[in-house]
Amino acid sequence: MAKKPTEPNRRDFMTIAAASFAAVGGAASIWPFIDQMNPDASALSLATIEVDLAPIEEGQSITVSWRGKPVFIRHRTGKEIEEAKGVKMEDLPDPDARNENLKDDTPATDINRVKDKNEKWLVLVGICTHLGCIPKGQRIGDAKGEYGGWFCPCHGSHYDTAGRIRKGPAPRNLDVPTFEFVSDTKIKIG
Amino acid sequence: MAHESTFTPGNRLSKWFDDRLPIERMMHDQFGVFPMPRNLNYLWTFGGILTFFLVVQLLTGIVLAMHFVPHETMAFDSVEHIMRDVNWGWLMRYMHANGASMFFLAAYIHIARGMYYGSYKAPREILWILGVLIFVVMMATAFMGYSLVWGQMSFWAVTVITNLFSSLDSIIDGLGTTIVQWIWGGFSVGNPTLNRLYSLHYLLPFVICGLVVLHIWALHIPGSNNPTGIDIKTKSDSIPFTPYYTVKDGFAMCVFVMLFAAFVFYAPNYLGHPDNYVEANPLATPPHIVPEWYFLPYYAILRAIPDKLFGVIAFAGSISLLLFLPWLDTSKVRSTRYRPIYKWFFALFMIDVVVLGYLGAKPPEGWYLIIGRLATAYYFAHLLLVLPLLGWIEKPSAMPGSITDDVLGKKPAGAK
Repeated sequence: MAKKPTEPNRRDFMTIAAASFAAVGGAASIWPFIDQMNPDASALSLATIEVDLAPIEEGQSITVSWRGKPVFIRHRTGKEIEEAKGVKMEDLPDPDARNENLKDDTPATDINRVKDKNEKWLVLVGICTHLGCIPKGQRIGDAKGEYGGWFCPCHGSHYDTAGRIRKGPAPRNLDVPTFEFVSDTKIKIG
Repeated sequence: MAHESTFTPGNRLSKWFDDRLPIERMMHDQFGVFPMPRNLNYLWTFGGILTFFLVVQLLTGIVLAMHFVPHETMAFDSVEHIMRDVNWGWLMRYMHANGASMFFLAAYIHIARGMYYGSYKAPREILWILGVLIFVVMMATAFMGYSLVWGQMSFWAVTVITNLFSSLDSIIDGLGTTIVQWIWGGFSVGNPTLNRLYSLHYLLPFVICGLVVLHIWALHIPGSNNPTGIDIKTKSDSIPFTPYYTVKDGFAMCVFVMLFAAFVFYAPNYLGHPDNYVEANPLATPPHIVPEWYFLPYYAILRAIPDKLFGVIAFAGSISLLLFLPWLDTSKVRSTRYRPIYKWFFALFMIDVVVLGYLGAKPPEGWYLIIGRLATAYYFAHLLLVLPLLGWIEKPSAMPGSITDDVLGKKPAGAK
């Protein structure tokens, strides 16, 4: 190109301005098309549920559905609590409490896996942290794995009586969802 | 090949049309007189067979969509309604389900043929890449279609596969979860998920059609490869597409359709899993989750790696590496016929993929896991080590001077 560079003229300005305007407008209009796929208002409105704990006997577990996910509620026996408390921290593959009621990086001691030091009640999102299967161990007669908690049949992850991963491919402890005690025998999840 | 068009309109209407939209000319030039190597074997008939199955899937799919209800409470029942109440519904559904399997079987043979005869090498790289893209879109389409049945296997396959993205949480905290919830449209696999999978399952086959047009276009620039891997040099090396290969493709298609019919009419559920006749239950996972047979090798690779994120990377890499095959293979010789050492590695690779497929259906423990890891290691070693290095080391055997020489059995120059 032998042409000398010249100052941009009015036509250059128009071309650049029009192209930038179209590019920004085009980019911005992509967002609604992407965001429409996110959880909608009706999904978000199902965000909290209340569960009555009174009918759950010691040693029993129930599964409730919260946001379409199973939530495990176990009324732990004294033996189960003792077992969970007896575990050394260095034996835990995931040292994080994964308790949404507490800060991140809280150590995964048994007391940090429950709410308000109420060790009887263990509340967990019942979804294996590997690839999302539902672990066994809720029903009487289910395989509970080598640590007496839960066992995921898909790829063989074992969880202990505090829902912590002990063996298998799952990377994290079972999540403890945000919940609170509304009364002594009632919780609100979400 | 860019040839002078030899088309002459037969009548005035044809001429009138040709001046305005030369579609008849294109058919004549590209599928009538198009010069093909004279020595193609039956492995070259699978392109035609694949086109046939694309049409079968489209036709049966459009019909099924008239009766299917994409809603979490009705999808499973609507499939049973198709099977029991809709006129010929059982035939349409069995053709669609088994058609998918036949489609993949033909695609695997087509891909293996391309790998054996070096059809991905220059100047056919773009042709090959388009083929890999078609394969990826096919896999996505098949996966989404399988999910629509909304049986236990459907539901848990969607759960496990979409959860693969959650592995990104280990790179940026929360990124994976955000993507997974975006895919789901909720906090778990549910009605919004089913609805969008249905929408995309209907869309993607048309994307495949578009890619197939590009694939054939890219094929018709250099023309077909052949078992010798030697280019067409003289007129005696080639024959016109019609009638020779229209007939050969047609015959092979009839034979392949007999296999298809055998499945549809005598073993329609042989390739499926009985658990998918149990309606999806979000609160109970079946004891063994197994994908459809055509995904088993990749599933075995995913599970062979003990780390979640690296498992997913290996899974994605096992397919995307194929895109780079034209550059990973450094040998100048196209056909494996003339590659005395590569021949054995190729056979080993084929066995390796079958072994991975077998292991994909087994629980990942004990010996299955150990063999699975070895087979995964070889899969990557073949693509990343054997192909690049062997091109430098191997001394190819003597090749015939031309396609005609090969057909007439003339000894290669310099051969004893």
